[in-house]
Amino acid sequence: MTDSSATPAVRMTGIAKRFAAVQAVAQADLSVQPGEIHALCGENGAGKSTLMKILCGMNGCDDGRIEVHGQDVTGWSTARAIAAGVGMVHQHFMLVPTLTVAENVVLGREPLRHGLLDLEKAVADVEQLCKQTGLSVPARALVAELSVGQAQRVEILKVLHRGARVLLLDEPTAVLSPPEVVELWKVLRTLRGSGTTILLVTHKLDEVMELTDRITVMRQGRTVAVLQTPETTPEILAEAMVGREVDLRVQHAKRAGSRGDVVLQLRDLRVAGRRIAEAIRGISLDVRAGEILGIAGVEGNGQAELLEALTGLRPVLSGEISLNGKNINALTPRARGDAGLSHIPEDRHERGLILEFSVADNLVLGQQHHFGSKGLLDRRAIDAHAQAAIAAWDIRPPDPQAPVRTLSGGNQQKVVIAREMARDFSVLIAAQPTRGVDVGAIEFIHDRLRQARDAGKAVLLVSAELREILTLSDRIAVLYGGQLVAVLPRDACSEAILGGYMTGLGSTTEAA
Amino acid sequence: MSLLHFFGQTLRIATPYLFAAAGGALAERAGVVSLTLEGFMLGGAFGAAIGAWLGGGAWFGILGGLAVGLLLGGLHALGSIRFGADQIVSGVAINLLVVGATRFALQLAFDSSSNSPRIAGFDGFANPLIWAALLLTPLLAVLLNRTRLGLRIRAVGEHPQAAATLGVPVARVQAVAVVISGGLAALGGAYLTLDQHQFTDSMTAGRGFIALAAVIFGRWQPLRAAVACLLFAAAETLQIQLQATQWIAAQFVVMIPYVLTIVAVAGAVTRAKPPAALGRPLAS
Ligand SMILES: Nc1ncnc2c1ncn2[C@@H]1O[C@H](COP(=O)(O)OP(=O)(O)OP(=O)(O)O)[C@@H](O)[C@H]1O
Ligand SMILES: [Mg+2]
Repeated sequence: MTDSSATPAVRMTGIAKRFAAVQAVAQADLSVQPGEIHALCGENGAGKSTLMKILCGMNGCDDGRIEVHGQDVTGWSTARAIAAGVGMVHQHFMLVPTLTVAENVVLGREPLRHGLLDLEKAVADVEQLCKQTGLSVPARALVAELSVGQAQRVEILKVLHRGARVLLLDEPTAVLSPPEVVELWKVLRTLRGSGTTILLVTHKLDEVMELTDRITVMRQGRTVAVLQTPETTPEILAEAMVGREVDLRVQHAKRAGSRGDVVLQLRDLRVAGRRIAEAIRGISLDVRAGEILGIAGVEGNGQAELLEALTGLRPVLSGEISLNGKNINALTPRARGDAGLSHIPEDRHERGLILEFSVADNLVLGQQHHFGSKGLLDRRAIDAHAQAAIAAWDIRPPDPQAPVRTLSGGNQQKVVIAREMARDFSVLIAAQPTRGVDVGAIEFIHDRLRQARDAGKAVLLVSAELREILTLSDRIAVLYGGQLVAVLPRDACSEAILGGYMTGLGSTTEAA
Repeated sequence: MSLLHFFGQTLRIATPYLFAAAGGALAERAGVVSLTLEGFMLGGAFGAAIGAWLGGGAWFGILGGLAVGLLLGGLHALGSIRFGADQIVSGVAINLLVVGATRFALQLAFDSSSNSPRIAGFDGFANPLIWAALLLTPLLAVLLNRTRLGLRIRAVGEHPQAAATLGVPVARVQAVAVVISGGLAALGGAYLTLDQHQFTDSMTAGRGFIALAAVIFGRWQPLRAAVACLLFAAAETLQIQLQATQWIAAQFVVMIPYVLTIVAVAGAVTRAKPPAALGRPLAS
């Protein structure tokens, strides 16, 4: 499929990029053949996103040379990159929430009729593109109303609408559910078939093995290896990324202690939906101290609303949420936090972080009243707290004063988790806790979740990734259509069994 | 007082608000804070006096006001967008600059510290700016919602980064919005001068801020903002007419429009959602 003698679609040589004190990229070389799916792998903060942003004209580079289809384009602008058919789907959504899907897709390349916007044409174009690619989204809907999966599809449509022949995808599957990932693979293979060159960043090694032709590995800003996918293994790849041997065997570690008392109790909970009258339709569930309870389900079956109701961001219609035997229905999010509820939100940018604030300040968000007195913050305590968290979680760069915006995606995620696990909690609600973090960090986060459980905490894990649910959980509940259609012990579960329930095929068995 | 008279009076008082609020809505939707409306208006008022004086006709007044407004808009764009100064600081600076500069120029041109001599103007409803103000609202709605520039303005004010990744020249779109905003607000000021056949020192008297309040009250939507302008103008008309009757102590009557503005804005801000990137320029 790849012809090494052809002019590369992309050739980057000796690229360097520095942000103040951080050398994000140094001496990076990348060569991608036309019509190939090429993976860019590396740890959090290795410089993958930066390298891609340089390629698509969003960032300049201090040194090096970029060629696209044999032409020197070093230092070009986003507009020129788009015109030359290089389009990027960013790691964090780049969508205008107050505009419709169609408006977002055509922005910058708007169809006109008699000098006015031709929105009907925009809608028609989007619908046509949806049909061609199999990506389906409602063209007239406001982006603010979309699920993350749909938003991701809009991002890809945006790039395709511009006729991209070189497609850069920065962790496109981090927010997708497994069926959506399968869909995306189909789309990418079709695109490759029609001659599109694809450069893909992902932390999921099985995706890399399954989909790509070649892999470039980055470590600390440098490109350290180029591998032919068929000749490599996940172990070799992980070792190249981390620079040491990594144990990739995931085992389900049984809980050490015994199940304790019920700490989080839901009784006939009903919650209104974002788009529908009732998204959670009568859920009862007991979560006990010393267990990890996983909630599996295809996105859009009430997960978001359930999380919002539990954390106090959305009122309940009826029913009861109790924490340690106390009804918390009426408590504010902050009071819930003080009562022992910790929350790793699923979207770190929307709910987890204030991007302009420093790492140190983000590490005390929501708990700032515990860092100071009489309305004044105790800066020294906050900094000490930050130093400890940075060391414990290997947050890079290790600078408490760096604005969180400047951290790589995976490191931003670590800031959120570090904050939520540092507080004194009895129940941890972990939504997509490993979204966007590298293999090493996933292992680390999983260990910490297990330790919390073994220390007698309860963990409610919501994840789109079945593998993660199966690896961590002691019990698994399946959410389908706003109801728990199954609550099973881990040993009674397999991907196939859960898959059946998730798609509504399995019948209701044991109640909570 | 007849109802017709009341509406007529309201419309005349609303005209400068309608212009300034249209300008304000445009700039704020592009993400640039519109504290400058007051300065744009006052500059426009003075420009109208100079234009009408030099040209010897009221239409030259309109041109003069517009020119000064575009210039001031350009200055604000240069400061806050090109050189990245804080938009609020740049806005306040422009307001102060215009107060001083018009006073100085008044002295230079007309050798007076309080007002210009009588100049050409329009009498009452013969003023074309009144009718233009009425057309302005639907035109602005079309501009924002149905044109390429409008779509880009809305995108840039909400998520400049996203717009930039699509090759939209964020700074240029914002600059265009601010310059147009300057021209529009200045026409509001020019109306005052041409209506009164004279420029007087600081004659806009806070109207730019009331227009900004109307934008916020109108939740940054042209139509709602226009309604807010008419509402504020109606309150002012009521105040003038009540004052003539002397039923209530004049001091309280004079307060009506301001109190109404405060109440309206206080009520609105809790629900209003400004453009997400308002006042936060795109870091390069
Ligand atoms: N705008 C910026 N200002 C300062 N530092 C930055 C900026 N953007 C990136 N960096 C730094 O550059 C380094 C590389 O970041 P980059 O986002 O490219 O990593 P990444 O490989 O994409 O990681 P991840 O897998 O976590 O997304 C990091 O140390 C990051 O903190
Ligand atoms: Mg990244």
